[in-house]
Amino acid sequence: MTIIEQRPDKTTNTQTAYVNARLMDPASGLDRPGGLITMGENIHAVGPDITKNGLPENTEIIDCKGLVLCPGLVDFRVQLGSLSGTCRAAASGGITSLVTLPDMDPVIDDPAIVEFIARRARKLGLAKVYVYGAASKAMQGELIAEYGLLAEAGALAFSDGLHAIKDSRMMRQILSYAATFGYLIACHPEDAALARNGVATEGELTTRLGLTGIPEQAEVIQIERDIRILELTGGRLHIANVSTAAGIYAIKAGKAKGLALTCDTAPPYFALNEGAINGYRTFAKLSPPLRLEQDRLAVINAIKDGTIDLITSDHTPRDEESKRLPFQEAAAGGVGLNTLLAVSLDLYHNGQLPLMDVIKLLTVTPAELLKLDAGKLVPGHAADFILFDPDRGWKVSENTLYSKSKNSPFDGRPVQGQVMLTIVDGRPVFKNQKEFA
Amino acid sequence: MRTMETVSSDFSHRHLLGIEGLAPPEITALLDRSDVFAEQNRRRDKTGTSLQGRTIVNLFYEASTRTRTSFELAGKRLGADIINMSVATSSVNKGETLIDTAMTLNAMHPDVLVVRHPSSGAVRLLAEKVNCAVINGGDGQHEHPTQALLDALTIRRRRGRLEGLRIAICGDILHSRVARSNIHLLGTMGCEIRLIAPQTLMPMNVETMGVKTYTRMEDGLEGCDIVMMLRLQRERMKSSFLPSIKEYFRFFGLDYKKLEYAAKDALIMHPGPMNRGVEIDTEVADDVGRSVIREQVEMGVAVRMACLEILSDNLGRSRGAP
Repeated sequence: MTIIEQRPDKTTNTQTAYVNARLMDPASGLDRPGGLITMGENIHAVGPDITKNGLPENTEIIDCKGLVLCPGLVDFRVQLGSLSGTCRAAASGGITSLVTLPDMDPVIDDPAIVEFIARRARKLGLAKVYVYGAASKAMQGELIAEYGLLAEAGALAFSDGLHAIKDSRMMRQILSYAATFGYLIACHPEDAALARNGVATEGELTTRLGLTGIPEQAEVIQIERDIRILELTGGRLHIANVSTAAGIYAIKAGKAKGLALTCDTAPPYFALNEGAINGYRTFAKLSPPLRLEQDRLAVINAIKDGTIDLITSDHTPRDEESKRLPFQEAAAGGVGLNTLLAVSLDLYHNGQLPLMDVIKLLTVTPAELLKLDAGKLVPGHAADFILFDPDRGWKVSENTLYSKSKNSPFDGRPVQGQVMLTIVDGRPVFKNQKEFA
Repeated sequence: MRTMETVSSDFSHRHLLGIEGLAPPEITALLDRSDVFAEQNRRRDKTGTSLQGRTIVNLFYEASTRTRTSFELAGKRLGADIINMSVATSSVNKGETLIDTAMTLNAMHPDVLVVRHPSSGAVRLLAEKVNCAVINGGDGQHEHPTQALLDALTIRRRRGRLEGLRIAICGDILHSRVARSNIHLLGTMGCEIRLIAPQTLMPMNVETMGVKTYTRMEDGLEGCDIVMMLRLQRERMKSSFLPSIKEYFRFFGLDYKKLEYAAKDALIMHPGPMNRGVEIDTEVADDVGRSVIREQVEMGVAVRMACLEILSDNLGRSRGAP
């Protein structure tokens, strides 16, 4: 398997045909055998009529062997870590567009930083990297950031990452000012005071392990407050990493009121429960922490009934040293780019969602929410797509992750579903060597 | 020309505490009389004697240069005795309450009190405790009636009418008493009023005052005859109403690019003092063809003369004096 970093010297208009594929495009509902032709950086044609016969001369033909060909995944929330490591992991995971949180050094609260990251990512060419602007200056929760100027520089939405906005009035000003321009505000749902020093969900397990707990109520309290403020201000609120039954219930009620309210979750919250931290396994220390089994089931139900709008990787790289510490002191967060598709496909393999719906949660829904031209197969638009085998099994290990950091909560887990080829702007950026040498 | 007698019969209030509640003929009466003084003020001999023997007190609890000076000049041109009391030199600093100050002043038999106070409603409270006429020189975020009158006079003299004009009021509506008085006055006189501000500076449910609201200058300025800019206080950055002056100017500051969306002959107004490069581009502010900002100051004196004269006259009637 290889990552292909070198970009072509100049854009060419060569045609490539990907034939004998199972085309899946949630935006149009297309699910049929067929093919796709790229011309240069764009999709030239897509549909059931495209076969290896009748193609123009000089067209390179790639036989997809019946694998699923779908839009490249759009990852709604990623922590960047090292740019090249993150982009490599994204390419290997079939992610062609990703949005990074502003939790960087320096914080993304200045238009110049937005431009700097975009320029570096473009040069690398492995994935399309977009950014969240900080919701508050230096993510201190005290002063509003320059949303208008940041958006002009390219920021897609605004968030203080893992820092919940503590002050209710500040939250009001943030939502209200963002509503001026129609921008999306994404929030971490955790009451900071209740969560202080906590490392796991409070309950039997924290009592037995002797860890400081975070009560589950910390999530729903923050969500309820933010929804009430959204009612006051109008605007668009997105709640990140929803993980509790009570939080989901509150969001469902908020959506029923007709508010512009959306939310997401990440694979750990529907594929793992708090039991994963047993033995003080720091790779399973996340923020928010892993929850009880009934919460995990509630998350699956909320994905099924549409309360949860989309799935993100919530990729949070941590260096080895910050995880090789006593559980209480270890850093929270797990890498997820590489495993996003495979673990999400659990929902399909367990009979909880049709394959098309799983892909939709990972492509067109996040793209539309961010008003991003991505996540669908449309002629004339960028040729960002993937080929994957939904059934092929593999085991998550540090050798399969591609990111520089190896802190996956799914480390050692057998999963089903493998990306074979990732195409960005018509160019392969990841190939599963065995299949597409 | 409108004489004093006809004006008094149309405007019979004891105080001028706000524009809200005034009827169109009352506003028209004040503007008509102001017009007379505007002409008089351009003559070499500007003084009259209609307020001879009257005492006017300027009671300012907030810093002010133009409004206080404007009232002072207005009183002097009508022959009144006028004194200024500002917070710095008054017993307010020694802990006296607003009402005690009012009672003390009242005992000295002034005829008109001009009051500015940082708290909304404070001028009304004071007016309830004194025998003289009270003019609101600006109370908190509530009203600034003489500013709205001078704005209306400026517009009417330029355009010959108020009715049917499309007027944009832009900027910090939330904290602005000027905006509120103008909404009342221009709305009453049949203008179409559009408010343009970031949502953080737009008061809740302001649409119930008969205005349309916009968050984009480009949308709100569409076809406007008058563009009124409001002063933005720099403290607004510290309390998270706005991120920065740079961003505010980019999206809400009036420059020629945004002005293109307004009517070709749109007039630019500002109650002052201006923050050049914050809410208004310096070239736009100084554009002699478009900006009537200095004319507003000129009309201020005329409007205040009219108000002082009419209220003094009404006071005379209610006291039974000539």
